[in-house]
Amino acid sequence: MIVGAKQVNTSRREFLKSSAMAGGGLIIGFTFPGTTRLAQAAGKEARMSAYLRIAPNNDITVVCGLSEMGQGVHTAIPMLVAEELDADWSRVRVEQAPVDQAFANPIFGMQATGGSTSVRGHWEPMRKAGATARAMLIAAAADTWKADAADCRTEKGMVIHKSGKKLSYGRLAEKAAKLTPPKDVKLKDPAQFNLLGKSGTKRLDTVAKSTGKAKYGLDIYLPGMLTAVIAYPPVPGGKAVSVNDAKAKAVRGVRQVVQIPAGVAVLADGYWAAKLGRDALEIQWDHGANASLSSEGISKTLSAGALAGGAVGRNEGDFKAAKPAKRIEAEYEAPYLAHSCMEPLNCTAWVRKGEVEIWAGTQSQGPAQGILSQVAGVVPAKVKVNTMYLGGGFGRRFAPDPVIGATVLSKITGKPVKLVYSREDDTRGTFYRPASVTRMTGGLDANGGAMLFTASVASPSIMEGSHFMKLPPDGVDEFGVEGIRDCPYDIPNLHVEYSRQEPGGLQVWFWRSVGHSQNSFFLESFIDELAHEAGKDPFEFRRSLLGKQPRYRGALELAAEKADWGKPLPSGVHRGIAVVFSFGSWCAEVAEVSVGPDGTPKVHRVVAAVDCGMTVNPDIVKRQIESAVVYGLTAALYGKITFKDGRVEQSNFHDYRMLRMNEMPKVEVHIVPSREAPGGIGEPGTPPIAPAVANAIFAATGKRIRKLPILG
Amino acid sequence: MVSFVVNGKTRSVDAAPDTPLLWVLRDSLHLTGTKFGCGIAQCGACTVHLDGQPVRSCSTPLSAASGKKVTTVEGIGATRAGKAVQAAWIRHDVPQCGYCQSGQIMSASALLAKNRAPTDADIDEAMSGNVCRCGTYNQIRAAIKDAAANVKGA
Repeated sequence: MIVGAKQVNTSRREFLKSSAMAGGGLIIGFTFPGTTRLAQAAGKEARMSAYLRIAPNNDITVVCGLSEMGQGVHTAIPMLVAEELDADWSRVRVEQAPVDQAFANPIFGMQATGGSTSVRGHWEPMRKAGATARAMLIAAAADTWKADAADCRTEKGMVIHKSGKKLSYGRLAEKAAKLTPPKDVKLKDPAQFNLLGKSGTKRLDTVAKSTGKAKYGLDIYLPGMLTAVIAYPPVPGGKAVSVNDAKAKAVRGVRQVVQIPAGVAVLADGYWAAKLGRDALEIQWDHGANASLSSEGISKTLSAGALAGGAVGRNEGDFKAAKPAKRIEAEYEAPYLAHSCMEPLNCTAWVRKGEVEIWAGTQSQGPAQGILSQVAGVVPAKVKVNTMYLGGGFGRRFAPDPVIGATVLSKITGKPVKLVYSREDDTRGTFYRPASVTRMTGGLDANGGAMLFTASVASPSIMEGSHFMKLPPDGVDEFGVEGIRDCPYDIPNLHVEYSRQEPGGLQVWFWRSVGHSQNSFFLESFIDELAHEAGKDPFEFRRSLLGKQPRYRGALELAAEKADWGKPLPSGVHRGIAVVFSFGSWCAEVAEVSVGPDGTPKVHRVVAAVDCGMTVNPDIVKRQIESAVVYGLTAALYGKITFKDGRVEQSNFHDYRMLRMNEMPKVEVHIVPSREAPGGIGEPGTPPIAPAVANAIFAATGKRIRKLPILG
Repeated sequence: MVSFVVNGKTRSVDAAPDTPLLWVLRDSLHLTGTKFGCGIAQCGACTVHLDGQPVRSCSTPLSAASGKKVTTVEGIGATRAGKAVQAAWIRHDVPQCGYCQSGQIMSASALLAKNRAPTDADIDEAMSGNVCRCGTYNQIRAAIKDAAANVKGA
């Protein structure tokens, strides 16, 4: 039995289809109206993309179109199906889907994983697939027993009649496959959930990832495959003007040296030969317009942009007429950041006659199909994407550069090519979280009440840099201002501007939590400044301004309560707090920090509270928040990509530092109980940590951190 | 030709003696459990055991392995410590993206092979060379302590 659906559009969920599996199982899948019409015209059965297969031996396979990058989606999606199916979880398997519009992310409209959208987008469709299969299995059992379906219930992969008769799903699958799927199945009331929202369901990928068996993009080996590394321009935007590859070609194992738009590629039998070959290249570069690009210059450009202001993103009250009794003003700055996934970027591509096949840990199979069809000159349907496990994604693996590079090289050489980025290539390869400078003003009335907040943000545009979005007519980049334009505090005069600045024309990109990663640092630090100016407790000050925001307040209060806010701490340890809404979830964090005599902060403990609505797997939710805290803390303490003479100054983990075991704080995560629709979970834990730590440092030292990283 | 024993099996490879062991394991022998992370012994993703000692295979030349015993994540389950570590990893659902975990498991197994009751400081010392971008450090610490209890009891 295979369960699928016909369309991703939620209004078309009635197109869930079923069919028989070879060997007698049931398949539930999606088919498309378009293909169905074509298929009917051709007198054939509609093509179907499987979501769910139930085999005669009771194995249940959930086919997941989303990419597993650690966030647990290969467990969460099967759980959604299994819940409504009343499956025996021990028989549930997950399989990575091919690239197919049937697996388009309902929120994006394309097959891609990001924006903490997976559970939000699939919460209903995947449950519906499970419920549809369950209804068909019950109908098949009722027919077998000549009984009333209403007298049948389901439990752990069995249909059970009130008389006590039982049949397993596997036994029923073949018969169920002959039935027409019901159009409107009823989904469970959350009170009936057995799996969802309950602790204790283990990840489906743990064993493979604990034994070295999990296959990532770098683990692909094909017969005749060449490994490529590229000598990239040392200055972004530069070009090779002359190449002497004689010494490179003399390296044992080097097969070919080719110049492509990205740089000069060395193709060899294996990575090491390719790397040695690249080291031996003699290249004259034209460094182009960025030859003198420097971080000082970038800061000045951004600072001038913030001072001048730009397009209005939000305006309430009258910020010009407001006459606060006290006014504070500050400029904040955040640097460019690299994603530094543990697995360096890579892709293996094989361009054959009229078709392309790639193996990649990618977050964006759907867009890759379209892009590669153009790169290789084949129709999109002839681009096959094998999605591997991702050794980290964080947004970086949404970008197409590795899949384009590998495909170009395979097309030129006619061989399968694995393009590998060294760690240095990965660190220096741009696609950075944009730097930003933001000027803020805040005003208090005579009673210390907040009455004015303005922010002027200057940063590059991710929308324009993405090449699949455009800056909207109002000129405000949504990622440039998210986390600050949506300031939740009840302040009557509120004004936000955005000034697009593109120093060096550097390629910027989505980085875990995107604009919130810097803007929440700006806003939540500055609100702390305002609280201090008002002589109020930072938690109470925030709380008093969140009267109309119950879910913000709920997360904030839970974090404060669990962190014993206001109660004494060991000598030298101080607390900071921050609360942020992002990706559909509210997350508050309290950081406990001490500062050494040399000014080095030590984060001892982080207490987080998250309101992400209903949860699928609360254990994974907690781990994701903890993971997001570490990601944000690493950046807050150490993260910066800087430029000198056009070159990126950082290269590898010795100068682009990562948080390590000996620096790891204790992390406690508390989930706000909720029956609301699910929110995102991969990203919302990241934004609050930088301001929570910076605010704790202020509490400890009186020194306000206005520029990241803290150990800058 | 350089010969050495990998996970109990003698292998001979035709590669330059200064080729890093990592690339011999991966590109020549297709033992892909050992991961490439940084290439400069800064992240620990490539950790293997050379005659029982943890080494960063990205910075260990093939010549250093000549005639020696190399154990990778594919073979570590055959050791008492490695078996206990992998079982604890699974019990604690440690991995997220999982890419660093082979190296983490190899470092943890080496620690437990010589120290059956590691303190937090011992764990910090043995494990701080292994980077995890998903931030699973607290789960790694818990799993090591759990594995230690099992190795000790074994």
